[in-house]
Amino acid sequence: MKKEAVTTLLEVSDLSITFTQYISGLRQRTIRAIINLSVNINHGEVLAIVGASGSGKSLLAHAILGILPGNACVDGKMVYAGELLTPARQAALRGREIALIPQSVNFLDPLMRVGAQVRSGIFNGNSTALQREIFDRYHLAVGTEQLFPFQLSGGMARRVLVATAAVGSARLIIADEPTPGLHPMIVRETLAHLRELSATGSAVMLITHDISAALETADRIAVFYAGTTVETAPASDFCGDGELLRHPYSKALWQALPQNGFQPIDGSQPSIDNLPCGCLFAPRCSLASRDCLTTVPELRSLRGGETRCHHAA
Amino acid sequence: MLLFLLGRILRLLTLLVAVSVLSFLLLELSPIDPVRAYVGADMLKVGPEQWAKIAEYWGLDQPLPERFARWGMAILRGDFGVSMIFRRPVLAVIGERFLASLALMLTAWVFSGVFGFALGVLAGMKQGTWTDRLIKWYCLTLASTPLFWLALLMLLTFAVWLSWFPIGLGVPAGVPTYEVTLSDRLYHLLLPALTLSITGVAGVALHTRQKLVEVLQSDYVLFARARGESGLQVLLRHGLRNIALPVTTLQFASFSELFGGSILAEQVFSYPGLGQAAVQAGLRGDVPLLLGVVAFSALFVFAGNLAAELLYWLIDPRLRPKGDACEQR
Repeated sequence: MKKEAVTTLLEVSDLSITFTQYISGLRQRTIRAIINLSVNINHGEVLAIVGASGSGKSLLAHAILGILPGNACVDGKMVYAGELLTPARQAALRGREIALIPQSVNFLDPLMRVGAQVRSGIFNGNSTALQREIFDRYHLAVGTEQLFPFQLSGGMARRVLVATAAVGSARLIIADEPTPGLHPMIVRETLAHLRELSATGSAVMLITHDISAALETADRIAVFYAGTTVETAPASDFCGDGELLRHPYSKALWQALPQNGFQPIDGSQPSIDNLPCGCLFAPRCSLASRDCLTTVPELRSLRGGETRCHHAA
Repeated sequence: MLLFLLGRILRLLTLLVAVSVLSFLLLELSPIDPVRAYVGADMLKVGPEQWAKIAEYWGLDQPLPERFARWGMAILRGDFGVSMIFRRPVLAVIGERFLASLALMLTAWVFSGVFGFALGVLAGMKQGTWTDRLIKWYCLTLASTPLFWLALLMLLTFAVWLSWFPIGLGVPAGVPTYEVTLSDRLYHLLLPALTLSITGVAGVALHTRQKLVEVLQSDYVLFARARGESGLQVLLRHGLRNIALPVTTLQFASFSELFGGSILAEQVFSYPGLGQAAVQAGLRGDVPLLLGVVAFSALFVFAGNLAAELLYWLIDPRLRPKGDACEQR
């Protein structure tokens, strides 16, 4: 971690996202997808957001960019570069200062040549020259810009997707699950590109369910569970038996990895329409006491990280 | 490409053979009696012997396969026979009537294409709002309105009450052919064409709307929005590009509906087109003309579908074979 640049770029506090759905006729119900989520990211740092699928990781990305669907209701506070992130501010920033690296090639227009799609992220300067430069940097042959997304190989697609974000001058880059089921070599290459981007001073938010990828790349890791962050810890805390970790879920996650004992815990993530009223992890936690079942633990700082657990010390 | 075209030509040939066999059989089974149709009002003056003579002269006493073979051979030589109603060669009648119908259908086709597309895009962009609901309501109402009834309403309103348009026919009545001007023809064409396109608009608009809604929900539009593109930019950059193909294809594939619609519209407006000729041929037992029209309409609809396919093939890069323009360098 670079010591000189530990200023916060984006601070998300108490973010909640609820969706309104019509079940039958005019009867509505609301679904709480993200609850009291707090996370922050500094300049020049890679923050990994790790959690099982369905824990609301992508929604966080969409909430920061302000591209949630119309039936979503966002509550809480987001501060970007010292300014409150309002919808108008988001509209002005997205694509320019905040960029998204999407999951797959399906996020590219199937009928548009990839060169043109990368160029549409450039707002000033000679766009063709800039696009060629970035293609060159990512070892994409000159002819690639004339290809359509369906003609790209897996590795090329990955580089083009990274290029869409790298071509601008984004200060916050959100990579939403950028390495799903890819060849280890391509995964390593993509992660290296993300590291490079953070080395130039951009903050990179890496959203993934691949803990090893996160550990390899990130400075800090935020662990997601059922729509909230249960712990934020320096990547170096993920070591040994997990004794440096603060939250039982992070420990369980760590110990479930094949190289760390391969021990699963019982149960599964609570479904969003039937959440426990106390700590969200309490029903599966071996440390759970009566407190845990009734009161939601506050987020508190602990040993250079943050956690939401009554018992953490 | 060559193989594709050859395949299509083969398909057309089998289609035409199938259509002629089927329509020939249907006519054989129908109560239409060619001799009766030919004799017409002179029925009482024609005795049974004469009747049999006419039938024999036409080869109606021969078995069915033989008659079909003779008709088929004649068709292959380009001889569709002589229309009994018009007392002229079938091909000449079809040619003349088709030109009139083509003007009608083409106008309706362009109208419905342009207005339907515009309405569909508007509704799709405003999905869920009152604009969208209004357009959907309008389209569904129109789509469920029988064309002949709508045609009658249009006729009543615009021709009878408002007298903006002539009541029917393709040209003014009582004017010699050489004095009929182009504007006369257009004037007579407009109301039937409008009627025909009104129901077409509904289909095109609903399909366009549906496609646009699908595109707007796609991952690539989400990504475009994440990259700071506004609603209008998304529409212009990604929306139109991605709905153009399916919508154009649909527009070409709608030739069959257009043809079906023109039969009704021409009937109501007494517009002298191919559709009206088909109805007359059916009602008055003009077998050669009816068979000719059936074969011709099959060809027409096939041409529309082929055009749609070719267009898709030419425009969509994903369907282009390897080694083509986009794979170079």
